[in-house]
Amino acid sequence: MSVTERLVLAIEKPLKEAIWGCQMCGQCILHSTGLSCPMRCPKNLRNGPCGGVRANGNCEVYADQPCVWVEAWKGSRRLPFFRNHMEHVQKPVDWQLQGTSSWINLVRGRDRMAPKGWDAHDQP
Amino acid sequence: MTSPSRLAGLLREGRFVVTAELSSSNSADPEATWRRAEVLRGSVDAINCTDNTGAHVHISSLAAAHLLVEKGLEPIMQLTVRDRNRLALQADLLGAAALGVRNLVLMSGDDVTAGDHPDARRIYDIDSMQLLEVAASMRDRGTYLSGRKLEQAPSFFIGAVENPFAPPLEFRPLRLQKKVRAGAEFIQTQLVFDVPVFKRFMDMVGDLDPQRKVFIIPSIGIPRSARGARFMQQKVPGLHVPESLVTRLERTAPARQAEEGIRIAVELVNAVREIPGIAGVHLIGIKWEEGVVQVAERAGLLPRPTVSPVATVGGRP
Repeated sequence: MSVTERLVLAIEKPLKEAIWGCQMCGQCILHSTGLSCPMRCPKNLRNGPCGGVRANGNCEVYADQPCVWVEAWKGSRRLPFFRNHMEHVQKPVDWQLQGTSSWINLVRGRDRMAPKGWDAHDQP
Repeated sequence: MTSPSRLAGLLREGRFVVTAELSSSNSADPEATWRRAEVLRGSVDAINCTDNTGAHVHISSLAAAHLLVEKGLEPIMQLTVRDRNRLALQADLLGAAALGVRNLVLMSGDDVTAGDHPDARRIYDIDSMQLLEVAASMRDRGTYLSGRKLEQAPSFFIGAVENPFAPPLEFRPLRLQKKVRAGAEFIQTQLVFDVPVFKRFMDMVGDLDPQRKVFIIPSIGIPRSARGARFMQQKVPGLHVPESLVTRLERTAPARQAEEGIRIAVELVNAVREIPGIAGVHLIGIKWEEGVVQVAERAGLLPRPTVSPVATVGGRP
């Protein structure tokens, strides 16, 4: 890891962990998910809630915590931008990026690289 | 390639289909699977083989589905992303195709903590949306997710699930549309006990998809006892069982509760049939295939069409 990467991580990691409970997936889509981190979902779902969400909006697995996708839906309704991103089909997670800086990956375009067989069809 | 999906043929012809869930066996003897499946023969169009349902280990859905193919019954293979990474999922999809499985239902799956191995490591390498896309790409583009070519593309009729009763309710129809864009051709819903809530969901779905490109098949549960209904209400994630239904069963004498459960299921079938855009029903009698047959009969869903109605078009089932 280069010095630059280490410096960026030193800012990005504590900041995003403190504010959003960031899990450092290295391919941030917070802007598309109402600023609720989908990697906090115990099933790591990137495309919306599972069918197990409790009637009170809490997580199937952690009954005392709100479902991150219920929060994402509410958050996305409040955001002035990217609201329709909730309807985008998000590509699979690249687990090679775990622990790396998503800011650097964004600048380099690395976080937008999908597997070759992934059909990135039109998003609404 | 062998025969195309008969289920797809019926749905595209506009027939009202009946599917049912097979209780998955815990036996190394194939007879255990066949015995239960034979009860359903002639009463349903296709049979769901579940994938470690409720996160409890059972015979694999791939093996059960193949056992059904051997007996000339049409399986719908369920596959969750809970227990397999993208390599294993694609291997099983291709293997299923080679073994004659045509219908898929792809889902996230109940969490491991709901089952008998809560200490297991959950996988969730890709999510259910992405698995839909992967299966559709294997079929339509003939490639794995890596981009590598298949020698022969599979012929799948691809299904997904949706829960109209779990929050955020306003997002559920949008998520369903997202699944359709990812590749879902039919949807089996979570168990419907609350018809008004389901109807509102269907109205929203209809607004988003006026052409009704996707076939929606609500699941109807057949409660066998008041205790079973209470258990579903309190313990099963994502289920919405109205108190009035449980009370109705509790007020029935224990010896007659199963009969009352059949009656409730028949009423639900008749109620959902009235809702525009419903393509069929999916009957679930937990370890109670006989209940499924009775509901199908009393709801006037028998006999089922016997001939395979359509041929394959352009490689699609």
